[in-house]
Amino acid sequence: MDFLIFKAPMLMVQASLDGILLGILFALIAYGMALQWGVMNIINIAQGDLVILGGYIAYTMYLAGIHPAWGVIVSPIIMFFVGWALYKLVINKVVDRDLFISILATFGIAIVFQQLMNFIFGADVVVAQSGYGTTMLFDNSVTLPNSKIFSAVISVLYAIALVIYMKKSRLGRAIRATAQNARAAKILGVDTEKVYAATFGINAALCGIAGALISITLTLHPYVGLPYTVRSFMIVIVAGLGNLPAVAVSGMGLGLFEEFADYILGTEFRIGAVFMLLVFILVYRRFKLSKKREYLK
Amino acid sequence: MNKLVKLIITSISAITLALVSFTSSFAKVDGEYIVLGSAISLTGKYSSNGVHTQNGYNMAVDRINKMGGVKVGGKSYKFEIIYYDDESNPKRAAQLAERLIKQDGVHYMLGPYSSGLTKAIAPVTEKYKIPMVEANGASRSLFTKGYKYLFAVLSPANQYLEVAIDLAVEKNGGKPVRIAQAFEQDAFSQDVRLGILDAAKRTGSEIIIDDKLPKELNDMAATLAKVKATKPDVLVVSGHTKGALTAIRQISEMKVDVPMLAMTHCDAAKLSKQHGKNSEYALCASQWHKNLSYKDKFFGTGKKYDKDFKKEFGYAPPYQSAESSAALLVFKDAFERANSFDRDKVRDALKTTEMQTFYGNIKFGPGGQNTAKPMILFQVRCKGDTCENKVVAPTKWASDKFYHPIPKWSERG
Repeated sequence: MDFLIFKAPMLMVQASLDGILLGILFALIAYGMALQWGVMNIINIAQGDLVILGGYIAYTMYLAGIHPAWGVIVSPIIMFFVGWALYKLVINKVVDRDLFISILATFGIAIVFQQLMNFIFGADVVVAQSGYGTTMLFDNSVTLPNSKIFSAVISVLYAIALVIYMKKSRLGRAIRATAQNARAAKILGVDTEKVYAATFGINAALCGIAGALISITLTLHPYVGLPYTVRSFMIVIVAGLGNLPAVAVSGMGLGLFEEFADYILGTEFRIGAVFMLLVFILVYRRFKLSKKREYLK
Repeated sequence: MNKLVKLIITSISAITLALVSFTSSFAKVDGEYIVLGSAISLTGKYSSNGVHTQNGYNMAVDRINKMGGVKVGGKSYKFEIIYYDDESNPKRAAQLAERLIKQDGVHYMLGPYSSGLTKAIAPVTEKYKIPMVEANGASRSLFTKGYKYLFAVLSPANQYLEVAIDLAVEKNGGKPVRIAQAFEQDAFSQDVRLGILDAAKRTGSEIIIDDKLPKELNDMAATLAKVKATKPDVLVVSGHTKGALTAIRQISEMKVDVPMLAMTHCDAAKLSKQHGKNSEYALCASQWHKNLSYKDKFFGTGKKYDKDFKKEFGYAPPYQSAESSAALLVFKDAFERANSFDRDKVRDALKTTEMQTFYGNIKFGPGGQNTAKPMILFQVRCKGDTCENKVVAPTKWASDKFYHPIPKWSERG
């Protein structure tokens, strides 16, 4: 335990800002997960690996001499088709089955993706340089990498764009209709097969954006996808499906929680703390649900 | 008819199988070949360093075979290595070691890559009394288990950064320093940490931040914010390539000013290439550097090794390759001194090894670790946009002066 953070108010500010900026990025990944969970009832274990793949796309651009920030446009386009193809190849065979089958299928996809990325990009840890510099606040005592601010801004912009798209466009309406009741939507002429493929594609595209942002803020490695999956799973569990504001808040909350856990418990418990929180929330939810059931009886 | 064909095929395959297993069970010395075995990470998370290791082994095998091979009992033998891919997985590595020993009949082993995998294999080689010369497992715990058949050509992990603390104290006018440290939670990094603790105790220095980094680490902003707030004299970071890359990225982004930054895995992370100028002044522990003045008759000097390796594999050899090549020189030397293929005689010969290779002097301590070779420290220095690693310690081999303290970020261009 280390309570240095409570003695230095600047550390508190630093931790909060770091946490919120990171949390916004997590929220973007989580929103993709919530979307496809809600529409297709699939928990995508490969979510984090799609993120890393998106990151490698930006990294490849960086190697080719293009600024990696363009990855936030290129990567989602490529990833949309990757997602679409994944749906056609694997997911459409498990979409009507129970949750366990789809978890198993996406777990398999995760392993295949990890190995493929390892094969193509190598096992070295890589970073893409944005050269964005740093913003200094409060007489240099709080520093914010501009790349983190950039990624938060981009995440927010894409999230807003997605919300508008879901509300206004035909496909967006079809997706929402399918989420509410797939059978009814089908009867009313919605091509649910297409909706599913598009949803999976949109989720992969969101992962692509997040990955490109991670390549310039953090590090990339073929095997670091899982923590992103766990984080988004957790955010979705807290926020519930199909509730974007809640996803955003719970994303930022998780970012803050992680950052403070890091300061107080030590860096070694940073990700451990996330898992612990997940367990607590699941137990709490179960507890609440069981109460509800009794009431219904 | 059909039955007869089937019968013939079955019997032929049975005979071939029997023959194969018969020959392979005597594979320790097969004709003019001395067969060595190695499980190595060709896929999985250690695959890049696994390949560096394999290239190092192969380069030495070619060189020794070309230059007359190994002379035992007046006859000249050649080295041959059986490789299996351990997928960077300790369990798999242990299985493969069993397979090499029991099925392929290998009697001499070369180590895998990383401390973790070496730890998985060592109990197996020990059980079957198979001498293993390893070049990539530096964890101290490998040498405290009382293994009798394990020999490591590299310096143990606790020695990696001890020198850095001594250097910091020296620069502080002999007075104790305040140390901030962050280490990954794995066998190797924790051993590096123990070395720092020893050095701190010896010099009376104080450790003010002692963070442990998780395996999935990709963000150490909190540690660095604490460093900024407490202003230590030295910051020590060890977390394999990921740790080195994350540290430099975030130190430069957060403009953390610290007089001295000591790390491991800088060359494996290609720090100066991936981070360029931002990595300047980082002090890095290394097992080997091409500029050291050691030499042997197979590879010549480090510089020559560097040149030959580049010609053969198209990239500059990291120290993982150099130490792997050295492992074969040790084996050759031991076989010739033992003048026998008896495992225990070879083992006894290994135990009394005392030689110089291009990689450094080699003499094994009671635990099997190399006690004759000091670690070196280099510092990343840049001219314009090209950065290079310059040896700064120990003084005997220093090609450049140690730059201390690191200039503040506000003063760096």
